[in-house]
Amino acid sequence: MNNSLLIALLVSAVTSGTPLLFASLGEVLAQRSGVMNLGVEGMMLVGAVSGFLVATKTHSLWAGILAAMLAGGALALVHAFLTVTLKANQVVSGLALTMFGTGLSAYIGRGMIGVPAFNYFRPFKLAFLGDLPFLGPILFNQNALVYISFGLTLLLWLFVYKTRPGLYLRSVGENPAAADAMGINVFAVRYLAVFAGGTLAGLGGAYLSLAFAPSWLENMTAGRGWIAVALVIFATWNPLKAAAGAYLFGGIHALGFRAQAAGITVSSYFLNMLPYIFTIVVLIIASGRNRRNGPPAGLGLPYDREER
Amino acid sequence: MRIAHRWKLTKTLDPHPVSLWFIPVISILLAFAVGGIFLAATGHNPVRIYGVMLNGAFGSVYGVSETLVKTIPLLLTSLGVSVAFRMKLWNIGAEGQFYLGAFATTWVALTFPDLPAAVLLPAMTVAGFVGGAFAALLAAIPRAYLAVNETITTLMLNYIAIYWVNYFIYGPWRDPAGRNFPLTKIFSDAAALPSLGGTRVHYGLFYGLAAAALLFFLFRYTKWGYTVRVIGESNAAARYAGFNITRNIIAVLLLSGGLSGIAGMAELAGVAHRLQPGLSPGYGYTAIIIAWLARLNPCLIIVTAFLFGALQIGGYAIQTSGLPSATVTMLQGLVLFFVLAGEIFTYYRLELIPGKEVAAGE
Amino acid sequence: MPENIRVEMKSISKSFAGNPANDRVNLTVRSGEVHVILGENGAGKSTLMNILAGIYRPDAGEISINGTPTVFSSPRDAIGAGIGMVHQHFRLVPSLSVTENIILGSEQTPFFLRLPQIETKIRQLSARYGLQVDPAAKVHQLSIGEQQRVEILKLLYRDSRLLILDEPTAVLTPQEVDELFATLRQMAASNRAVLIITHKMREVMAVADRVTVLRNGRNAAEITREHISEAELARLMVGKDFSVRDIRPKREKGEPVLELRNINADSDKGLLGLRNVSLTVHAGEILGIAGVAGNGQREMCEVIAGLRRPTAGNLLIDGKDYTGRSPKEILRAGVSYIPEDRLGTGLVPNLGAIDNIILKETPAAGRQNTVLIDYAGAKAKTEDLVRRYRIKTRSLTSPVKLMSGGNLQRLLLAREIAAAPKLIVAAYPVRGLDIEATDTVRNLLLEQRDNGTAVLLVSEDLDEIFQLTDRIAVLYNGAIQGILATAAATAEEIGLLMLGANTTEENII
Repeated sequence: MNNSLLIALLVSAVTSGTPLLFASLGEVLAQRSGVMNLGVEGMMLVGAVSGFLVATKTHSLWAGILAAMLAGGALALVHAFLTVTLKANQVVSGLALTMFGTGLSAYIGRGMIGVPAFNYFRPFKLAFLGDLPFLGPILFNQNALVYISFGLTLLLWLFVYKTRPGLYLRSVGENPAAADAMGINVFAVRYLAVFAGGTLAGLGGAYLSLAFAPSWLENMTAGRGWIAVALVIFATWNPLKAAAGAYLFGGIHALGFRAQAAGITVSSYFLNMLPYIFTIVVLIIASGRNRRNGPPAGLGLPYDREER
Repeated sequence: MRIAHRWKLTKTLDPHPVSLWFIPVISILLAFAVGGIFLAATGHNPVRIYGVMLNGAFGSVYGVSETLVKTIPLLLTSLGVSVAFRMKLWNIGAEGQFYLGAFATTWVALTFPDLPAAVLLPAMTVAGFVGGAFAALLAAIPRAYLAVNETITTLMLNYIAIYWVNYFIYGPWRDPAGRNFPLTKIFSDAAALPSLGGTRVHYGLFYGLAAAALLFFLFRYTKWGYTVRVIGESNAAARYAGFNITRNIIAVLLLSGGLSGIAGMAELAGVAHRLQPGLSPGYGYTAIIIAWLARLNPCLIIVTAFLFGALQIGGYAIQTSGLPSATVTMLQGLVLFFVLAGEIFTYYRLELIPGKEVAAGE
Repeated sequence: MPENIRVEMKSISKSFAGNPANDRVNLTVRSGEVHVILGENGAGKSTLMNILAGIYRPDAGEISINGTPTVFSSPRDAIGAGIGMVHQHFRLVPSLSVTENIILGSEQTPFFLRLPQIETKIRQLSARYGLQVDPAAKVHQLSIGEQQRVEILKLLYRDSRLLILDEPTAVLTPQEVDELFATLRQMAASNRAVLIITHKMREVMAVADRVTVLRNGRNAAEITREHISEAELARLMVGKDFSVRDIRPKREKGEPVLELRNINADSDKGLLGLRNVSLTVHAGEILGIAGVAGNGQREMCEVIAGLRRPTAGNLLIDGKDYTGRSPKEILRAGVSYIPEDRLGTGLVPNLGAIDNIILKETPAAGRQNTVLIDYAGAKAKTEDLVRRYRIKTRSLTSPVKLMSGGNLQRLLLAREIAAAPKLIVAAYPVRGLDIEATDTVRNLLLEQRDNGTAVLLVSEDLDEIFQLTDRIAVLYNGAIQGILATAAATAEEIGLLMLGANTTEENII
């Protein structure tokens, strides 16, 4: 493949991977606090439709983004309430959220199918960085949301590993009893983490409707929310690795797409399978020996101070 | 210094038997009420909409039969999921197990199209079971031997299964006469499950009912069913009693996957008659909800699956009123929220602990 | 150096569900001293310390710090007042580093973790108090002894003035114990107050400035260093000698049913849980295992039941080698284990009485057919057992977790005895039971013995041991300290063995 084709592919990898990145960064936060959120798909859809709706009505893309984040966050609060306060089963609650979010978004968006976007986030060159050879067109000729995702990745990485609240977050996910004994408010940390996760999922959805497509279609996330959940595990709950994974997954999709267009239908399916297979392999390896890369030990378990 | 009042949720060991029934029913009603409010707030008449749904699902023979057609795959997958849940194995891979069961069934149907139905159909059924069981096995082994979280592995396998199946549909099994549509060759007549009357309701219904009866029998009357229950309830007691937990994890997941695999077979042989993408519009995920709502009880699962089937058909019916059929998934989600939230009141009590005066602290 | 502190607990009382754990207990501890709290299980030591650490609130009584009455509504308040506790089960996050664990929840920590600076401070504390540990290491990589040091450093990092340690040496090697004591003396020397809960004689002798002895929830004595002697402490801890009431008919001991030969086994933490344990239980006798809980009793029971693999040694039942066999095989050999954890291990909480009775598939449990469950037979059997053992339950199918402790134990015993075992291993069978239930259980065990069953009774109640057993084996630190004939033993002797003193081979019979 010659250079320009490779570059085009990598550009698509970034654009395709960005919604995954937003969603999985959010899920990293939630899971690091010990809460499994399987409602990402629903939150992304709700974000996508709200973003599109508000942006169209107010003619402001950024208002749409804000609305999308709030919508995703609101749905996430329901999940947090059910699983943290009411200690309901996290798997079932997350699934309920996806169902509800899918239905709700379809309902809200029913009048907007086929409505052309009044505007969308267009790519622009980022100062001199966009002139760099190779990396320039791939990374620095993208739309504003992509640039935000770069910053967000770095920010979250710093946050989780290098700040005090990030330390609290990690401790709550690993051993809520110990964190509680040290005076950390486990409930508050979990609520905040899940809420933040929801806002980012909403943002990921808005990216689809306000930059990638840009339009609204029922079910337009097409399973990306589930991929984000897989990504988080594949990335062993590390924001930087999540970015790498998101672009990898995005790239694979883009590759598959192009291969399909070029008539090579066969390999794309196996290509698409690879990330999921990798995720399972990663899990198996992590289960065996060290705890360095394993899931947060308290993931999926509700915390009850009384039950010691 | 005054210590303030505190609210406290305390677990009650002894749920009032009435609340075990009462609260879920109230929850469901509340869900529909809230849904109705939402509909009203967005300019639709909830009573009318619900009426259209009811009518669509139950108002005609056609409606009821369509509901039953939808019920069959839901019933089988829910039963499959319920088996795993009994042992607290969170198998959310019913979707993938459905597809691999459909895959295996297709292989048999396309490879031996000329066999008589009396041989072909049972072969396809076995294939369906094996396909689904295999999908589950891939998650069962890591879980049994390495304690790898089955929620995630079964979820991943859903995608792997779907891509696997799509490869065959778009590739080697694509129907040459199908004008490039992603469809396999249509199955031979022998590969079709007979149907009831003139409706589309096919014999898959009997598979479902038989499976429900089998599970009911297994878990109520057999030693194995008892073993599964004990392991699910208390690993420590199970080990103390000498049960082999590893072997049982695998057995349970095999059965669980196998049932969803049969759902795939039934949908193929009874309705679609050819393998195509989107054969399942999310049955595997809805199955989890149904199993949960029905508290894993096979009889209740039959009823709940039927109601969800009805919701599905009702959803199609309201499309004529300009509402997307996905509106029903919204309602399903609401029902689940309220039932989940309602559970808290069954098993927990809200207590107000009064405040008091104390000496000043440091 | 932190300020002086004097903590007084006056007339503290605390009950749990009607059972008094502390009854008007007094305690004073001040800067510069290492104060030991000594007592048997159930004496009320942990409860008292938990009250001081802000985890429980006393029903009556007062705590005052430097003369000012104080109330703690949560552990945070206690920490704020300068009191810190190192629990038996550490509150550490295994995947985080030592430094991260130490600063967790501390308000001194800046927003942006400047780990290198914090690490330096921790190294200083480490060096000063002899608590060697690598600040950058992840906690899961540390040995138990090192983990304990992290817990102590947590307190020092927050300038705790009073440090409470709950059975700190339970998980340490002898060298680590010496290192710990050096640290504790240093902390006392630096104007801090140290409280240790222990039941080990050697420790009391090695490190205590003053000792408060608790018995049955009340103060038994308070002694200063000069007046401490082993014999005196043993006597205070267990009370006066018991008269051995001879309520048992003389019986010939039968053949050996259970034999442990040089059994070694690991505990859950990977340390040695059982060291070279050898004993024999004969048909028609009750062998009591005395000792403070946590000295290997659980590991021994689990080895016998097949739930724990010994790393060395042999397990013989009726003369046949059953070492390393599965629990099921050992069940079939006629061994009945009545576990300490009645409702988590012995019974399935959410299932009903009938479902629990058939748990072990013995022929007596009404299961003839191997595929189907004979529910009718099981129900009849359960009804019979409920009647005979006077088990009170709402119904035969309501979850057993609703049953009271006494009835749970009756149910458990009913099931086990109905299986006509050759050997009964009973761990703390009357713990938490009321007088009537206790009586019933004891009589049942005596009855079984009289019928020729071999019984191994693990108990923390010396009274019970003296009343029921034919011989007594004492476990301390995973090793048998001595096996004595009950009729010839004195409480003081047993008490000393329980505390780890007097370890000689001559004591084995």
